[in-house]
Amino acid sequence: MSTYPVFSPASSLAQPITDLTRLTFWLGLGVFLIVALVLGYFMWRYRHRGADGEPGQVFGNTTDEVSWIVAAVLLVAFLLFMTVRVAAASSPATDTRTPDIYVVAHQWYWEFRTPDGAASSGELHIPAGQRVLLDLTSTDVIHDFSAPQLARKIDVIPGQHNRLWIEAAQPGTFSGVCNEFCGPEHAWMRFVVIAEPLAEYRAHQAVQAAAAALPSASNASAVRGAQVFGRVQCGACHQVRGQPSAFPHSGAVGPDLTHFASRRILAGGVLTNTPEHLRQWLRNTQDIKPGARMPTLPLSESEISDLSSYLEALK
Amino acid sequence: MSQRAPAFPKTSARRPSAVWKVLTSTDHKSIGLTYMGVAAVFLVLGGLEALVMRLQLAVPGNRLLAGETYDRFLTMHGTTMIFFVLLPLLLGFTNYLLPLQIGARDMAFPRMNAFSLWLLVGGGLLLYLSPLTGAPSQGWFSYAPLSETPFTPQRGVDLWSAALIVGGYGTTLTAVNVLVTGARLRMRGMLYKRLPMFAWMSWINGFIILFALPCLTAVLLMLEVDRLLGAGLFTRGDPVLWQHYFWLFGHPEIYLLILPAWGLISEIIPVFSRKPIFGYEFVAWSTVAIAFLSFAVYAHHMFAVGLGWPVELAFGTTSMLIAIPTGIKVFNWLATMWKGSVRYTLPMLYAAAFIVQFTFGGVSGVTFAVVPIDWQLTDTYYVVAHFHYVLFGGSLFAVLAGLHYLYPKFTGRFLDERLGRWGFWLNVIGFNGVFLVQHLLGLMGMPRRVYTYPDLPGWGALNLFSTVSGFVLGVGLLLLLVNLIRSRTHGRLAGRDPWNGWTLEWLTDSPPQEGNFSQLPPLHSRRPLWDLKHPDDMDHVRPRRHDKNGHIREEERGHQ
Repeated sequence: MSTYPVFSPASSLAQPITDLTRLTFWLGLGVFLIVALVLGYFMWRYRHRGADGEPGQVFGNTTDEVSWIVAAVLLVAFLLFMTVRVAAASSPATDTRTPDIYVVAHQWYWEFRTPDGAASSGELHIPAGQRVLLDLTSTDVIHDFSAPQLARKIDVIPGQHNRLWIEAAQPGTFSGVCNEFCGPEHAWMRFVVIAEPLAEYRAHQAVQAAAAALPSASNASAVRGAQVFGRVQCGACHQVRGQPSAFPHSGAVGPDLTHFASRRILAGGVLTNTPEHLRQWLRNTQDIKPGARMPTLPLSESEISDLSSYLEALK
Repeated sequence: MSQRAPAFPKTSARRPSAVWKVLTSTDHKSIGLTYMGVAAVFLVLGGLEALVMRLQLAVPGNRLLAGETYDRFLTMHGTTMIFFVLLPLLLGFTNYLLPLQIGARDMAFPRMNAFSLWLLVGGGLLLYLSPLTGAPSQGWFSYAPLSETPFTPQRGVDLWSAALIVGGYGTTLTAVNVLVTGARLRMRGMLYKRLPMFAWMSWINGFIILFALPCLTAVLLMLEVDRLLGAGLFTRGDPVLWQHYFWLFGHPEIYLLILPAWGLISEIIPVFSRKPIFGYEFVAWSTVAIAFLSFAVYAHHMFAVGLGWPVELAFGTTSMLIAIPTGIKVFNWLATMWKGSVRYTLPMLYAAAFIVQFTFGGVSGVTFAVVPIDWQLTDTYYVVAHFHYVLFGGSLFAVLAGLHYLYPKFTGRFLDERLGRWGFWLNVIGFNGVFLVQHLLGLMGMPRRVYTYPDLPGWGALNLFSTVSGFVLGVGLLLLLVNLIRSRTHGRLAGRDPWNGWTLEWLTDSPPQEGNFSQLPPLHSRRPLWDLKHPDDMDHVRPRRHDKNGHIREEERGHQ
């Protein structure tokens, strides 16, 4: 992660945009400085020095006008030429092949699904060094997928499937964010993109695609936590693939929790995913993220502790 | 039988109070000033809303406002500033100045003019009633489906729509009034090609308003059909449809918020440089070009939607093209100062600050026309910085220039110079302090419209700087307000023509009498008052009397 993501591209898709941005900024700065300096010079050079009478009344000069119009046209034509070149390089056509990853935006978290059945939230894993095709849609309002070091941004629109190539040239961790105003918690709709070498990526995906391991009997707190999970009907919104059938999954409102403990951020980035933060979240959900779709649940301290043990066991 | 006195109502004996006069006046000057007074009230409200937002954003993870409360301030601030501050300010100047500059007694339809004003005020009242039913929180751009009932249920959104529909009708009627006035009420000799620059630009602006506002009215009605009748135009239909209608209104809106401001600048710079506007025809026709192009650029607000490359390229191209006529204006303003005799008055200082800030905002605007840059920077704080440079650093600063320029005409007195200079510098420092750093925040990746942000390197410091500067700006504007009120009674007397101006408004009393003019001079050129003051050097005989540097030819000296 870097201070100026726009100027620290980490992909062959973002690099041309960065180059074009630098070029345009320099040209723009040039134009601005010409105007500002000419203004400053004229203000100083032609300031009223107490002389009587009026200066020569000049009404205009067509040659001057034509010359700066031509200069402006040339500048614009050049920028347009660069625009066309860079657009093709940074936003290549997305063909009709099966996307690698399905991105589903919700108020206010990101869901990332792969065709092999894995589902994660807030954390997008991609193989480094290759272009990955995303399919993006929303379940509620318009969001925007922005990971500026890896690709251009694109809106995520309900009822519409946008497609986007992203790429990370080298392994690394990159931050992403929702860029379209989507309601009260728009601020906390962040995600991370983790680019791994292909082998690591495959291993990670294999784990993610598998069902959850049920808590071992030796972890009594986690076993009790699984019961709490069923009793307060967390499954009404959250899925844990492999969860005993006594607690069926009935909705896809909240994030899939199958491999919850493997993730880095919680609730769209408002907290990092540590056991302590998780307990805070379960205790004061609406206080930490007011307006979030998850209510503050009436749980006792011991229930929170058990539930947390259970979720922390979902590696 | 005793003779009874005729039963006149008692009240008729009393002179109508000042308030009643303002409420019932159909005089364009009174209406113009009322527009500005209303705008001042809303400026205070919108400014306080902005300061509350800046307080919330002062430090990362601040808990002063919850997300939804922040969004309500966000929505009210944006709506207030655009529809109930800048728009009425510019309509106020147009109302006041257009008839004076073209030598008319009043606007073409004085009663409709009053009706328009009070529709706009009614719209503003509706907007500020909305907090009673839950203030709108969907943003001034009100993107569907977030603005639909399932996501933003409070009735405030409906009041917000009603406010803009009602105010919008007022504005549309004003446009009709402006167009008819400019077309039919010009005095004898005031040809289109002789219109003062402000009159020309605000007249062209009438066309933009007339064609842009109905798009907003239409789409707001569609939203209400969805919200109140459950039609689902933007939910079961297409949510992106909202954006097409909204920006087809919304981008011309940006230009209609700046055209009269350019007009003011194009009056002020010549007068205080003591030279006519350089390249009148180019400045005038570039305005027409901008009016046309302003309807052809709107989808540059939607480059991230995924419209497809051909559409994006088309709108990117038009958005770049519109920079050319805008650039022509800037260069002509500079050229007007060339070899002039520049007076450092308050209006001129504001005009100079306008040129610098507006150019900065214009240049950052071009970066959005370069489509791939837009794909990276749209919806970040870079956009917030950009459009505040255009609308605040540009449009509002031009209005402040105009206010200092015309205050002597409005009241017969000058604004206080010392207070004015303090206000000017505080405004310049405060404004640039607030918004310059927001360019950096945008480049750092801070999304716009967020109520808080993570503690990433630099974010907290820059936001705090922006907030502190916001209060400096607040003090600057407060000083201006004090100056406006105090100078009404305490200001130095100005007389008819305090700036040695050239257009007809400086011919009449300050403030002008009812009916504006007791007599009008014959009109042969764009600068009737120059001709009156320089009978030996009148503009319309100038071409044959002058060499190409503007000096009177040797052989013409001494000839009348």
